[in-house]
Amino acid sequence: MLENIKEFASEFFVTGDPLIYGADVSIALVTIAIVAGLTYFKKWKWLWRNWLTTVDHKKIGIMYILAAIIMMFRGGVDALMMRTQLAIPNFEFLHPEHYNQVFTTHGVVMILFMAMPFMFGLFNVVVPLQIGARDVAFPFLNSLSFWLFFLGAMLFNLSFVIGGSPDAGWLSYPPLSELQFNPGPGQNFYIWGIQISGIGSLATGINFLVTIIKMRAPGMTMMKMPMFTWSVFATCVIIIFAFPILTVTLALLFLDRFGGGHFFTLDGGGNPMMYINLIWMWGHPEVYIVILPAFGIFSEIVSVFSRKKLFGYTSMVFAMMIIAFVSFFTWAHHFFTMGSGADVNAFFAISTMLIAIPTGVKIFNWLFTMYRGRIRFDLPMLWTVAFIPAFIVGGMTGVLLAVAPADFQYHNSYFLIAHFHQVLIGGVVFGYFAGMYYWWPKMFGFKLNETLGRWSFWFWNIGFYVCFMPQYLLGLMGMTRRVSTFDWDTGWGPLNVVSTVGAYLMGIAFVFQAIQIAYSFKYREKDTTGDIWDAHTLEWTIPSPAPEYNFAITPVVDSRDPLWVEKQRRAAGKLPKKDAKPKYEPIHMPSNSGIPIVFSTFFFIAGFGFTFHWVWMAVLGLAGVLACMVVRSMNDDEGFYIPAEEVEKTEASLRGTL
Amino acid sequence: MADHSNHAHGHNEAHAHGSVKSYVIGFVLSIILTIIPLVVVLNHMLSEIPTILVIMITAVLQFAVQLFFFMHVRERQGNQPRWNVMALIFGLAIVLVVVSGSVWIMAYNGVGY
Repeated sequence: MLENIKEFASEFFVTGDPLIYGADVSIALVTIAIVAGLTYFKKWKWLWRNWLTTVDHKKIGIMYILAAIIMMFRGGVDALMMRTQLAIPNFEFLHPEHYNQVFTTHGVVMILFMAMPFMFGLFNVVVPLQIGARDVAFPFLNSLSFWLFFLGAMLFNLSFVIGGSPDAGWLSYPPLSELQFNPGPGQNFYIWGIQISGIGSLATGINFLVTIIKMRAPGMTMMKMPMFTWSVFATCVIIIFAFPILTVTLALLFLDRFGGGHFFTLDGGGNPMMYINLIWMWGHPEVYIVILPAFGIFSEIVSVFSRKKLFGYTSMVFAMMIIAFVSFFTWAHHFFTMGSGADVNAFFAISTMLIAIPTGVKIFNWLFTMYRGRIRFDLPMLWTVAFIPAFIVGGMTGVLLAVAPADFQYHNSYFLIAHFHQVLIGGVVFGYFAGMYYWWPKMFGFKLNETLGRWSFWFWNIGFYVCFMPQYLLGLMGMTRRVSTFDWDTGWGPLNVVSTVGAYLMGIAFVFQAIQIAYSFKYREKDTTGDIWDAHTLEWTIPSPAPEYNFAITPVVDSRDPLWVEKQRRAAGKLPKKDAKPKYEPIHMPSNSGIPIVFSTFFFIAGFGFTFHWVWMAVLGLAGVLACMVVRSMNDDEGFYIPAEEVEKTEASLRGTL
Repeated sequence: MADHSNHAHGHNEAHAHGSVKSYVIGFVLSIILTIIPLVVVLNHMLSEIPTILVIMITAVLQFAVQLFFFMHVRERQGNQPRWNVMALIFGLAIVLVVVSGSVWIMAYNGVGY
């Protein structure tokens, strides 16, 4: 009996590496600390009532961002481990198998469990406030999306200590990801982690598209929407059409692994190339999914901090929608070397280069917005200004990669690695940081510390260039991606050391940000204005942090920058100094629900069962999912009303009037 | 406009979601369109090419039935743009790209060898 358990445990848990044991201990300690802390401070009920069951978009947004930052830590540690391994030729820090796992999880975590939730967090916090809505269109679904994402991410991360991590690259190409070459549970963790969180992503896409179409404040036509909301609109369109492709592709891979299918195998009529073709049909739009909201964030910030209206609003909208559309026509540029022939490659090379045109339009619009503006260099603007050169270089190397014949040289080299890190860090990460700093006061009611933020900013930026500029050269020198080590005589040593130093500088920058958040929280100064940046859009007309009903009175909009226009009118004496006392009405709110977290937990159980081929567990999980659906369908809860007097009282105390 | 545009989950929107009659007609039509190919295939009534044609034609008709009887593609709210139709056309365009693009890419595979 004891022998059986021992044998099971040695298979079940990941063993044999001191790094993993260290991680096991730290995970156990952190979990014990959290549970003990919650029990000691009697916070379980508070946690359940206020956070775990909430349907409030602002709280869900905060949870998304928190999860994204934790995942950024995990992905960042992966990155530092890789850079350490590559610092010196023939270094023996990670075994090749372990190195494979680390680059796989780094990619998946950073794109799907860091960038995506960070983006959804900003959607949640900002969009309803920016369009003058009380919540998203489907608050329950919103909570469900979050928990599906979160438990999907946890399932994926569990592979670190249980069963073993996936190691076939972030897109898990067959035949390497097929059962024949990858018999362990790692790939199943990959499939189910992404599938479960993918359902959440798709639901969020639908939710926000409907919210934007149906719930804008009266007077806000499509062409009066703030630019960030436009970017979310474009992103949601891409999500809705791209994510089903991912779901189907991974489902087919799962059938291959679980049901003996032959979709992507080498024999039995399968074709692994079809997987590559399908996954990039999602994968390419996916990178536009994460970058477009960053463009929206920059558009908001650049206009507020230049004290000007956004230059070329209409062209911005068109550029964004064109990018969204053309993003579906470029996928083959990820596998020019597959051998599809000259006409295919020519078509996809040209469509890829075409994307540079609307993107260039946007860059010029930002520059012209800044031109002759009175620019303030607060943290959000600092990140925006850093973004522009970083993204231009990244974009131009992208066009170089799009030249199909030349790509045969660049393909899968460090040149490619440097390119996509430059657009993903310089574009997406910088953008989301800018957004986080910009909207942080709206989320929490205080600003993040400026000095620490600047330290972090410079470490990030210098580290970024020190890390990735040498990688372009390494790529041209012939270093390919995913090599776990190299020899002295390759001559790659010096540049790799430099690159590793840069990576550690970014690690220090992240530590500065963590300190910044903790410090700012401790020494916070409450923002009483609600409009701390002298901004232009509706979210800044309400107190910070926003009350749970957002707008006590539904705003009426007649311009693109409603708050700014109002402030100008006030200054010109065209509006009374103080509004007449508004007449409050009861506000209809959705009730909290525990179903989303339970539903997602059952999905997690089902995913875990499929991962280990424990059919009983999968069936149990899916039965739970079904039961949750039935319970939800039987639920007649119509929400509740906040009485007018309570709204009045809350408003008075928040705005400091009366 | 104002009264329901901000209503997170109101039921006061005054547009019909089809009648019982239209749902029943749609249901019957979709069943018929499912049975036809089933019968044709199970009884080996036609040779290969006509069988495929029958399946494809009934599939397209099925698609139309779903759209008109269950997906409310004809509906619109007030003078709002026809979001349903726009989404449908965009979706069809993407499907076309996905299918024809894949066929194109995969058909040429191997030229590089």
